[in-house]
Amino acid sequence: MLHIKTPKTGRARRELKKIAPKLVETGKKTLILHGTKTSNVINSVLTEIYHLKKDNAVKYTKRNDNIRPFESGGETSLEFYSLKTDCSLFVYGSHSKKRPDNLVIGRTYDHHIYDLVEVGVENFKSMQSFSYDKRFAPLIGSKPFFAFIGEGFENIEELKHIKEVLLDLFHGQAVTNLNLAGLDRVYVCTAVSSNKVFFTHCALRMKKSGTIVPRMELVEVGPSMDLVIRRHRLADESLRKQSMKTAPELKMRKEKNVSRDVIEGKIGKVYIPDQQVGSVPLPNKSKGLKRERREAKTKGEGKTHVDKKPKQQDS
Amino acid sequence: MAEQSSSSFEVDLGNLMAFNPHFQFSSPPSREELVRESIQQGTQLVQAIADSLFSLTSTEDRDGPIVKLPPPTTRLPREKPLPKPRPPTKWEEFAKKKGIKNYKKDKQVFDEQTGTWKRRYGYDRVNDDNDVPIIEAKMTDEPGQDPFAKRRSEKKQRVEKQEKNRLHNLKDAAKVGALPSHVQLAATALPITGSQAAPKKVSKDELGNVAGMAATATASGGKFDKKLPGEKPPKHDKKYRKFLPVVEGSGMGSLERQQTDKILNKLLSANSHNILDVGKAVNFYNVKKDKKRKSQGKDHGKTSSTSSKLNTKKSPYKKMAKKGGSSSKGKSK
Repeated sequence: MLHIKTPKTGRARRELKKIAPKLVETGKKTLILHGTKTSNVINSVLTEIYHLKKDNAVKYTKRNDNIRPFESGGETSLEFYSLKTDCSLFVYGSHSKKRPDNLVIGRTYDHHIYDLVEVGVENFKSMQSFSYDKRFAPLIGSKPFFAFIGEGFENIEELKHIKEVLLDLFHGQAVTNLNLAGLDRVYVCTAVSSNKVFFTHCALRMKKSGTIVPRMELVEVGPSMDLVIRRHRLADESLRKQSMKTAPELKMRKEKNVSRDVIEGKIGKVYIPDQQVGSVPLPNKSKGLKRERREAKTKGEGKTHVDKKPKQQDS
Repeated sequence: MAEQSSSSFEVDLGNLMAFNPHFQFSSPPSREELVRESIQQGTQLVQAIADSLFSLTSTEDRDGPIVKLPPPTTRLPREKPLPKPRPPTKWEEFAKKKGIKNYKKDKQVFDEQTGTWKRRYGYDRVNDDNDVPIIEAKMTDEPGQDPFAKRRSEKKQRVEKQEKNRLHNLKDAAKVGALPSHVQLAATALPITGSQAAPKKVSKDELGNVAGMAATATASGGKFDKKLPGEKPPKHDKKYRKFLPVVEGSGMGSLERQQTDKILNKLLSANSHNILDVGKAVNFYNVKKDKKRKSQGKDHGKTSSTSSKLNTKKSPYKKMAKKGGSSSKGKSK
């Protein structure tokens, strides 16, 4: 026997609506966690990433021994956390002899692992080590600019992948209306070699220039690090197709048969099929109008009335 | 130094992203050079984005100019699957068929009776069913029927019907996978006796039993049925019939006699309605008698005891052949 379970409080109902899949998606949340062993570098990297994404990130402080993202069994815990915190991006930091200062950035689709990229962090400089005029420090939650430099981002598989992942991680939300006064940060990524990316975060200063477009000035503020790509796993092809689908309602449809004229304004075209005047049957045929009947009457005025055969009466 | 060809950047305005594919370092750069070049290139790229960004039509707001961004060109994967459209409910289908349109209703309705504006539904509503003080009797009414109770039961029926329809609509939606986010359909843990019981989970052994029974339920006992690939031969738990050898060899007891004895025992024990276990009763009697004799012997003196000692010790618990008399075949197990 089935029965309906609905939340009793409005708050619970709102929370469920937030988690439910939407037609147009709002921003993704990020989960930041530690592995079995972490070094100081990785600890500070994780805290800095958390500060960069303070609005929509969840940082776990405990060690997680049973999470191994690249192994088949080691991702169940990750998927569980992703389900519980409703996070579809995660950053997992760890340190071992074989992979020092390791960072795994991954994405989930429907709370299952979609793709992963593992990078090593080198030459890390934290936010505190940069000195700049604090007035220009970027605010939390502002939409960032992205600058990708280097042909490697186009040609090399791993660099293409990390470009997409970094974009997804830091771009916030896809917005339609943007306030130009609130733009104050840039992420600059340079492909140094086929497996190394130099990543840095800069504040943006807009200076007066002669035209409407202000002159941009970049001041390095945030963490800067070298990302050495170690391993990566691309998404399954069928999963990728499924995740890239957009709702058919959102597809742009061309408005047909409408054109604009400068003089007359909006003009529309209406197509009418050919009218077959002769072949259209008349709806109400009154008996008296039937031509055959009329003719017969005028003709048959001379003729006698034909006797009808009497009905046969069965006895 | 670093070289760069034509400044053709790929600009994705929706994501505020710019990509310069033509930049190369001519020599492996030192740290400061790398940082410097990156920032310089970054500045150029951001300037390019800003050029196109600030040329968009902007509306003035008190915080600053607001522009309408175009949709991004680089497609990023969704985080959750697309929500499925809900199938129309029974009422929606009916309304579409009949052409019934939903009109917006006012919250307040003018009540003729009191001459005030009352709510359409809720506390102190217009045309409340429970509030009528007098219900006039019609010709069709039977005497002895309570019209108020009748109204109440009708309302209850209507509410139940609505609940049933709602459940049906939700089940239809759940079948497609389009259940609304705040609703969960759950099977109740304990089925109420008399109502439709929840389907029991069938175990592997039960399934095997049923499958075996089904397989042998043919005219030839399932021996000549075509078997599916991978299907195991049916298990035969019963014993096959045992036939005695025609000629009895040496070393074997009278098997035929044993067989007949067994059958006879079974028959007689089934038909004898003895509550009394005769063997036990006999033993009990014998034990009692022996005990009495022993106690009498002690009183009388040693002679009887010694004499009794010399006698072979007959365990009174062992079955004595002739003692019971009738205790042989009639004994129930």
